[in-house]
Amino acid sequence: MIKGTEEVELARRLIAGDSSAFEPFVAIFQNKLFHYSFLTCGQREDAEEVAQETLLKVFESLHTLREPERVRSWIYTIARNLCYMKRRKSIFAPEEEISLDQLMPSFRQDGSERKLEIADWSSLPEAQAMNSELRETLQRAIRSLPDIYRSVLMLRDVEELSTEETAEILSVTTDVVKTRLHRARLAVRQKLDQEFHTAGVA
Amino acid sequence: MTKLECKQIFAMLSEYLDRELPADLCDTIDAHIASCPPCVEFVKSLEKTVAYCRGAGATAEGPRPLDAGRLEELRTAYLRSVPTVSIKNTPAAS
Repeated sequence: MIKGTEEVELARRLIAGDSSAFEPFVAIFQNKLFHYSFLTCGQREDAEEVAQETLLKVFESLHTLREPERVRSWIYTIARNLCYMKRRKSIFAPEEEISLDQLMPSFRQDGSERKLEIADWSSLPEAQAMNSELRETLQRAIRSLPDIYRSVLMLRDVEELSTEETAEILSVTTDVVKTRLHRARLAVRQKLDQEFHTAGVA
Repeated sequence: MTKLECKQIFAMLSEYLDRELPADLCDTIDAHIASCPPCVEFVKSLEKTVAYCRGAGATAEGPRPLDAGRLEELRTAYLRSVPTVSIKNTPAAS
């Protein structure tokens, strides 16, 4: 199944007046919105409130959603704005840019070989087997990103929205989404790498 | 293996992993990586980072369930917004 098809189908049924889609729609989006908001605003209580307030706004104005295909970008736009209000921070606040050079790994010369100075990633658990310590490290790394990078990484990698949906939510071009996503991933990789080094996974 | 090549490839790795690059660029990167162990190691660490991020939403602890009052508030908002709801469970028009 293509990502998001289920959400689009539920939205289509709700708009058509099929109230049996109400509960599955709430169940899916309450969960997704909570995770999104938790990593965006950082507080559990705030995240639960954002998820509920977003759903309320969604249902209040469902009749204005003309294209159910756009349900995900519509909902995440609402959630994103509510997260900002919680953080009492302007969406237009200047944001620090990260250059690619800052994210390059360093090398060391080992005889005739050039070796990467990074942790031993092969010894780390696979994504399916993430433990709570690793998950917390990851959450810290994501939260520490400047917003212009975190917002793209959250939508593209955590929520798995398309490049086009992400561009629409953030009002930027798809090229900007791609550039920022790459830097965001590299920055998270670097932060994890530093933590693993310190923790002795090297 | 020149450092310059690694650096040029470094800038394109996300698009490479997301399969968003034109085929010829993809081939160039594949060819470079095949003979550059540091790049292989780096790509693997980036790939794992992305896999972790994809898992970050799905595996984290979920929200508390909505209480009955909240759920009713949402249902009321829905019923007000979409008036045709009285014809519930009608199969979607094809």
